[in-house]
Amino acid sequence: MNSRVLLAGRARGSVLVLDEPLSIWGGLDPTTGEIIDQRHPQAGAVVSGRVLVMPTGRGSSSSSSVLAESIRLGTAPAAIVLSAPDDIVLLGAMVAEELYGTTCPVVVADAETYATLRELTVVEVTESGIHIG
Amino acid sequence: MVELTARDEAMARGELGGARALAMRIIVRMADATGAGRLIDIGSAHIDSCLYHGDAGLDFAERLASRGDTVVVPTTLNVSSLDLLHPQLFRGDPHLATRARRLMQAYVAMGAQPTWTCAPYQTVRPGFGDHIAWAESNAIVFANSVLGARTDRYGDFIDICAALTGRVPEAGLHLDENRRGGAVFDIRALPARLLAADILYPVLGHLVGRATGTRVPVIVGLPADVPEDGLKALGAAAASSGGVGMFHAVGRTPEAPTLEAALGGATPTLEVAVDLEMLREARNVLSTGVDEPLTAVSVGTPHFSVAEFAALVELFAARRTAVDFYVNTSRDVLARAAAIGLVEPLRLAGVEVVTDTCTYITPILRDPGGLVMTNSGKWAYYAPGNLGVTVAFGSLEDCVESAVAGRVTRDERVWS
Repeated sequence: MNSRVLLAGRARGSVLVLDEPLSIWGGLDPTTGEIIDQRHPQAGAVVSGRVLVMPTGRGSSSSSSVLAESIRLGTAPAAIVLSAPDDIVLLGAMVAEELYGTTCPVVVADAETYATLRELTVVEVTESGIHIG
Repeated sequence: MVELTARDEAMARGELGGARALAMRIIVRMADATGAGRLIDIGSAHIDSCLYHGDAGLDFAERLASRGDTVVVPTTLNVSSLDLLHPQLFRGDPHLATRARRLMQAYVAMGAQPTWTCAPYQTVRPGFGDHIAWAESNAIVFANSVLGARTDRYGDFIDICAALTGRVPEAGLHLDENRRGGAVFDIRALPARLLAADILYPVLGHLVGRATGTRVPVIVGLPADVPEDGLKALGAAAASSGGVGMFHAVGRTPEAPTLEAALGGATPTLEVAVDLEMLREARNVLSTGVDEPLTAVSVGTPHFSVAEFAALVELFAARRTAVDFYVNTSRDVLARAAAIGLVEPLRLAGVEVVTDTCTYITPILRDPGGLVMTNSGKWAYYAPGNLGVTVAFGSLEDCVESAVAGRVTRDERVWS
């Protein structure tokens, strides 16, 4: 699998693919891990412990804070796989790691890998990237 | 790997303070992730991280502030969760208020100015071509588009890291090649009465934000005398419905004297001839209901300018609002508007002025389940999700007429 590691770490979880970008601020409840943007196709899904696969982020610059809060509270995804680099997602994960020592790895997958992830149920992320589990 | 100067490396090693070391470490990691070749100096910073979203943000700010390091460039602060001038307006959890106040104090302790506004450009003006690090999406789009200053789309955490180090990765909208237009929106076929109406700007911004994707949009056909508040409303709406960090308005914004200049020699990959029907649809999307009883009106997202205060006084024409009417603004603009007599007539009209924060991000509205009217594309976009309100969208004049009548009334003539 071809991927580029933005924030290295190890995680394993069931795949949750988002069909559209998600603004984490206003879109994710950090106290429950639930997607609360009612306009989002995956509204109601819980991201906690999943390998969250989504296109690049969208919208508010407050999203870094909400992702960090979700990591602090233990409701965050196990790892995040993006189709393009996203500073806001990376910052949230990076700051949470600095503050709490908890890593939510962030990886960018190439187009082919990204498409393949849709068909998988469980994925493992290591320091070197994505592995089919 | 990003190339660092001796001073950058000294900062990263902690020789210029512990908070600066953490800040530089984050800047370097971001530079490596985005592929930036080097770091560049900035002239100012605007911090969004002072709005409370939970204890992670507070832990980060207090960790930085505890080292005693202060910002190295002039730094303004975005809205927070509290109105410190009118604390009685806050209807939320007192525990949250305590945490929010601690967060505000941490940023002031680091030397940032307590401006508490999402429209810092109404108080400070970076120059054309200046590199800056601004967070808050509407401030970013205004600085890049209207002022010709250069900021990437910064968000929480990296904003204070930039302010503490004075350095940012040379990437994104700091670079010429990323400021070129890639999508053209031609509005010249719109009726003249709509082109002259203030409601055009947030609606057009909403449409452009949705359609442009990752491209810098270029608008052709905006009148050359569009007031700054029109460009403010357009940019704020476009940065809400999409990831817009900059737009060009040909003949109006400084990097777009001509369409060719705005495109920088490239061929656009999207061309949209905007017609009345498309704008009507965008306008309709901004309302989630208009037929329920009206409970409140909220304007000033982004924060009201002095010119908007003057317009509002004129529109009220000594009448009174029949519902709660909120104006969000900064303490600086409020003082200037008050000094020229624009605030007292609004108090007499029953208007409540909110400073330091905004009605869509913190509990201020008396009836958060009701129908609220706004002239802001940004407020209309976010408030239903944040507050649970139903939104009716209209022009500033529609907002005043509805407030006085106590029910939604909108001038449909510009849409026919």
